[in-house]
Amino acid sequence: MKKEDYSGVFVFIEQKDQKIQNVSVELLGKAQELAKDLGQEVTAVLVGHDVEHVERLGHYGADNILYANQKDLDVYMTEPYTKVLTEVINNKKPEIFLFGATAIGRDLAPRLAGRVFTGLTADCTSLEISAETKDFLMTRPAFGGNIMATIICPDHRPQMATVRPGVMKKSEIDTTKDIKIESIDVQINQEDMTYEILEVVNEKTEKMDIQEAHVLISGGRGVGNPENFGKLDDLAHELGGIVSSSRAAVDVGWMPKEVQVGQTGKTVRPNLYIACGISGAIQHLAGMEESDFIVAINKDETAPIFETADLGVVGDLNKIIPALIEELKVAKEVKNQ
Amino acid sequence: MKIVVCIKQVPDTNEVRLDPITGTLIRDGVPSIINPDDKSGLEAALVLKDKHGAHVTVLTMGPPQADLALREALAMGADEAILLTDRAFAGADTWATSLTLAKALEKMEYDLIVTGRQAIDGDTAQVGPEIAEHLKIPHISYAKDIQKEDDGLIIKRMFEEGYHLIRVKMPCLITALSEMNSPRYMNVAGVFDAYREKEVKILSIADLNIDKDEIGLKGSPTKVKKSFTKGAKTAGKLYKDLDEKEAAKMIVEKLQEKFII
Repeated sequence: MKKEDYSGVFVFIEQKDQKIQNVSVELLGKAQELAKDLGQEVTAVLVGHDVEHVERLGHYGADNILYANQKDLDVYMTEPYTKVLTEVINNKKPEIFLFGATAIGRDLAPRLAGRVFTGLTADCTSLEISAETKDFLMTRPAFGGNIMATIICPDHRPQMATVRPGVMKKSEIDTTKDIKIESIDVQINQEDMTYEILEVVNEKTEKMDIQEAHVLISGGRGVGNPENFGKLDDLAHELGGIVSSSRAAVDVGWMPKEVQVGQTGKTVRPNLYIACGISGAIQHLAGMEESDFIVAINKDETAPIFETADLGVVGDLNKIIPALIEELKVAKEVKNQ
Repeated sequence: MKIVVCIKQVPDTNEVRLDPITGTLIRDGVPSIINPDDKSGLEAALVLKDKHGAHVTVLTMGPPQADLALREALAMGADEAILLTDRAFAGADTWATSLTLAKALEKMEYDLIVTGRQAIDGDTAQVGPEIAEHLKIPHISYAKDIQKEDDGLIIKRMFEEGYHLIRVKMPCLITALSEMNSPRYMNVAGVFDAYREKEVKILSIADLNIDKDEIGLKGSPTKVKKSFTKGAKTAGKLYKDLDEKEAAKMIVEKLQEKFII
């Protein structure tokens, strides 16, 4: 392998039900910065069938679009997708290949890295090009966020990374950009169907895990009763998140154990953590203090949670949350105008 | 049915120390447990054994003290345990780790390989799929349920919003979610067996068909350039005298400033 033969920042575009997923658009934003630092181009790699608004990939920053548009690539399956991307890597020789750290990206990227024999860095929160060495610097949390590590992949190409959704920022949309779409044609055979999908079930209710959520609305004993958790649900719905809880709310039986945050529960690091009626015991803080932005609402202004929160509000959550939901709806309407 | 469960011994606490030279983690002196996703994978294998009959082998790569994790697995009901331990394995990234495990698995008989989705120390979720790739067998990740059906398995494969119900033939590799089950406890007879009746077989690089340049730190495509701890958090702004309407407005503004909404 000659490193010099490899060029370009490639982004795997995730689609579900023919819709391009947000995380991929975010990655295009980051890819533009990286490509600029390297003096190279951004290529979006889309695998699917009759995906809607493919041109948007160009509007959000891709210089080139590679599109494998085939019926048998409609729904994500490990082997057919790996086969397509292996061909892309062999033919186009990208320097960098980015994936969303999603249930698809975290399945596909390691299979692919294994096949083309290159390094893969999981769940990155920061990506940059070293000004001196031009190395691709991939920074990620480990040990539940206790330490950060910057990883490099010096001798193998492409340099591959998965990136947490919500971490990178979309770029401004530019609809004037010329769109070049190149189709990729890969033969998918029966033996590439290494398993059979019997059923595809879409449901918002069966949440995978509070650790996978980008927004957590977390309730503690201060919520008062199980019915009040309904208000937290409404707020979570408005913000595209889910509800988690402190140990206190689990111990009294208001919430199930699997949504408990803390040392004896789960460690979470969402983009937004809203702590409602949670005092902030040390064991709770250990499970959520690495969240990107923490809002705390509590009646007691001496509650330790305020020491960790980026934004604290002293007040009655049962009044503030409904007001907040209203305010978010207004903000959404303004945005959509 | 022959099942191999790959497990990892991970530190139980948040105490983390780093080797200042290699930037890798120092695991000595920190209490250890079986990684939770792996333990649920083991439980799933033991359930298949209870229902359909199976021979369950646990496999780990780690320092000699990983023996303890294997003994616990034996006490839970695993039939056989293998420890891959060698200085040459140290410092491996996910690629080199998965290659080493795959080389050991090549020498074993298996219908099903189970790994945890990810380990709580590294959180990569890469070793399972990479093992399957090295062995050229299919893998299904994020499994929340495994049922046996004739010569295949029915897997509930989770996504962010929903799941795929998948039929797969063996041999294959499954990565397990800890939400799948609550692992059983060791019982007294099991503990007795684990130390008196059963053995932990130890393999080193000499037992594997592998070159030392392919594994460990040397065989790892990725390198740790630097590690650092995040600075301690300081308290943000506290608002005491807002009514609910004002508070709601202020929160929305801050979330917009931070591009969260």
